Amino acid sequence: MSVQATPVPGPDRVEGAGARRLTEWVFRVRELGIVIALVLLIAVTAILEPRFIDANSLRNLALNASIFAILAVGQTLVIVTRNVDLSVGSVLGLSAFLAGDLLSSNPGLALPIVFVLGIALGAACGLLNGILVTWGRVPALVVTLGTLYAFRGIAFLWTDGRQVNAETLPDAFLNLGTDSVLGVPFLVLIALVVVVAVGQWLRDYRAGRELYAIGSNPEGARLAGVRSDRRVLTAFMLAGALAGLGGVLFTARFGTVDATAGTGYELTVIAAAVVGGVAIFGGTGSVYGAALGALLLGTITSSLIVLRVEAFWQQAAIGALLLVAIALDRLVGLRVDAALRRRSARRAS
Amino acid sequence: MSEPDAPLVELRDATRSYGAVRALRDASLAVRAGEVRALMGENGAGKSTLVKVVGGVVRRDSGDMLVDGRPVDFHSPHDARDAGIAVIYQEPTLFPDLSIAENVVMGYHPLGSLKRIDRRAMKRQVQGLLDRLGVRLDPERPVRGLSIADQQIVEIAKALSFDARVLIMDEPTAALSGAEVERLFTVVRTLREQGAAVLFISHRLEEVFTICDTVTVMRDGAVVHDARIADMTPDEMVRRMVGRELSALFPKQDTAIGAPILKVHRLTREGVFFDVSFEVRAGEIVALAGLVGAGRSEVARAIFGIDKPDAGHVEVDGRRLPAAKPLAAMRAGIGFVPEDRREQGLVMDLSVARNATMTRMGVLSRFGLIGGGAENRVAREWSSRLQLKFHRLENPVRFLSGGNQQKVVLAKWLATEPKLLILDEPTRGIDVGTKAEVHRLMSELAGRGLAVLMISSELPEVLGMADRVLVMHEGRLTAELSRAEADEESVIRAATGQVLEAAA
Repeated sequence: MSVQATPVPGPDRVEGAGARRLTEWVFRVRELGIVIALVLLIAVTAILEPRFIDANSLRNLALNASIFAILAVGQTLVIVTRNVDLSVGSVLGLSAFLAGDLLSSNPGLALPIVFVLGIALGAACGLLNGILVTWGRVPALVVTLGTLYAFRGIAFLWTDGRQVNAETLPDAFLNLGTDSVLGVPFLVLIALVVVVAVGQWLRDYRAGRELYAIGSNPEGARLAGVRSDRRVLTAFMLAGALAGLGGVLFTARFGTVDATAGTGYELTVIAAAVVGGVAIFGGTGSVYGAALGALLLGTITSSLIVLRVEAFWQQAAIGALLLVAIALDRLVGLRVDAALRRRSARRAS
Repeated sequence: MSEPDAPLVELRDATRSYGAVRALRDASLAVRAGEVRALMGENGAGKSTLVKVVGGVVRRDSGDMLVDGRPVDFHSPHDARDAGIAVIYQEPTLFPDLSIAENVVMGYHPLGSLKRIDRRAMKRQVQGLLDRLGVRLDPERPVRGLSIADQQIVEIAKALSFDARVLIMDEPTAALSGAEVERLFTVVRTLREQGAAVLFISHRLEEVFTICDTVTVMRDGAVVHDARIADMTPDEMVRRMVGRELSALFPKQDTAIGAPILKVHRLTREGVFFDVSFEVRAGEIVALAGLVGAGRSEVARAIFGIDKPDAGHVEVDGRRLPAAKPLAAMRAGIGFVPEDRREQGLVMDLSVARNATMTRMGVLSRFGLIGGGAENRVAREWSSRLQLKFHRLENPVRFLSGGNQQKVVLAKWLATEPKLLILDEPTRGIDVGTKAEVHRLMSELAGRGLAVLMISSELPEVLGMADRVLVMHEGRLTAELSRAEADEESVIRAATGQVLEAAA
């Protein structure tokens, strides 16, 4: 892949317009690349197994990716600030069990209350992560590794071996996981709303832009008067809240919840963000990329299952995809750096 | 209520220590509305610390700070900004991933409906600022890859982006061209007429005499002089900054200069330095002078093989070094004392002995294990030769003073018996006594036939120590001066690009 854009010469062009076009192009290409990979993957699978693209199967693809996409959006908020949240799978588990437990013991409870409580529980967990990271000055990797185990431990204590089953849950709630509005599954709709809302917030609001500034140069952000601690705290809290939302939706979709719900999700979610072009060192990436990454990972898994490939190869495929994505990012990044440097050099000399 | 006539910003008897180093001692300074005040002093005199205290970056340990005559306490740069204080810091504070426009307005984006960022207004505002500074830069271009001069322009635009009543500039002109400096001065004069207070730090005396009304001189963390510019001469200014005679400080021995050890041939790294050629001979101390950001450290890094040059090569003793291989450079006999000893020169948590013998690990180890005995023996030998002051060899180097830390770095390289020693800012942040020791040591090493390449931003050090001075400006060598030719004026002239013919 070549990133050598040819700048269009013009009489009144200001230096840098070419450079800008170059970087814009790279970012568009980044998300376009996932879309192309996705289309290719679906096409190839469909040729080998036509049933893969019937309406029901595509619907399932989208449904499966929805919860991961919501978590990937939250993860992006944190990674953009040069942090990471490993605890999202455990937070999802806590909130999933909360939703199931509440509804099976009070079937009449209004559903919005369940959502609010689930999201609040997630936000509280995120707040704890954020406080430990910002006030405690402990690296996020260590803090959230700790809370990954701690929150899971609390889930085990709380469930005490119990399991919530679909039979004990009200139908209205379970229907959320399967119902559609105008042919689009409700779950997918929620995911879309989350992606677009957070996407706009990151793009068009001061607080959102400050997250990128913090990840791009933490000390510089502080000197520019950005209240970094507050912003990072917000990012962690939002990531927790979105994991909480994911938990409630998990219960609605699967009906069966025990203490292990969401185990291992954190790695899939981080993989989705990275495949989607969110730089692990912060400063760049979008939630659209991350959500597309989640969709791509989910589709690969489904496609390999449909093609009856052994489970081991599914994991290997995801791993390979991750390495390819990182290698491509690095390669493109180096080329862009060199191109930008050359442009400035030409101006200076 | 603000008192009439009170200075816009004032520090009274402020002190600040970093560990054992007292960076500010009872420093007082006031800047009034409509005043441009110069803050002068050698590197390490405490200017930047003072700026950081006023800018809310670091807290003072004691003393008072007043804005409009009222005592204030800044807990963060945000507080300082809310008080109308804008600061251009010496070290870059930009966000490489974001556009120039966003860098300028970060945190204070112009907002449209629903508190959304108004990108059009943002672009217009930043374009206006860039026009005012007279540079043709696209506000939507990312900052990544900008030259140092353009980065500095962005920093300046950032400070001018809001109606600051107090503008503090820590060496804003270090990388700028003459025309750009002139534009900046026009902006500063306008601000002064509008009643802003400006604090201006620069190493270029002629700039200070052009733009400033008053001057505060600092030395060793304390304010030593406060005067109107009209009552000062450049000579007096330098004397007050240095506070001692030059010759007494620099014990330079005359040495026999031998064969070339290092030959640098047309070394180029795109956008950083261009076509740099020179040689360093045995027994010779060559200084690489220039302004911050001129590309001196980058040349040193390329010679030692840390960064890969795009063109050109390096020879040691007539043998060409492979590019970007520090280990090969070490084997060929190069030692490299980097600019930032805490980050690059030392492993702060490891012991004095381990740090001092780090370059000799291979020799000191047997079957891959390092014997503490051998390590301590070598470390002890070097620490006595360098008069290193430490409590125990096993203590982490972080507990040593800056000067003693630098001696550990020196010991580490001297233990490899190098033919060429590259010293990047060898005495930065070191107290005066240890400074003289380092200088004596350099002189002595050169006397024994070692070739020394020294990068220094301190003019007295350059003039006092070097047999030959190479001057860089914006990535190019602009002058090569013998010890006799080099003086303050000739070096500064070349460093600011006022010399047209390039040196060989």
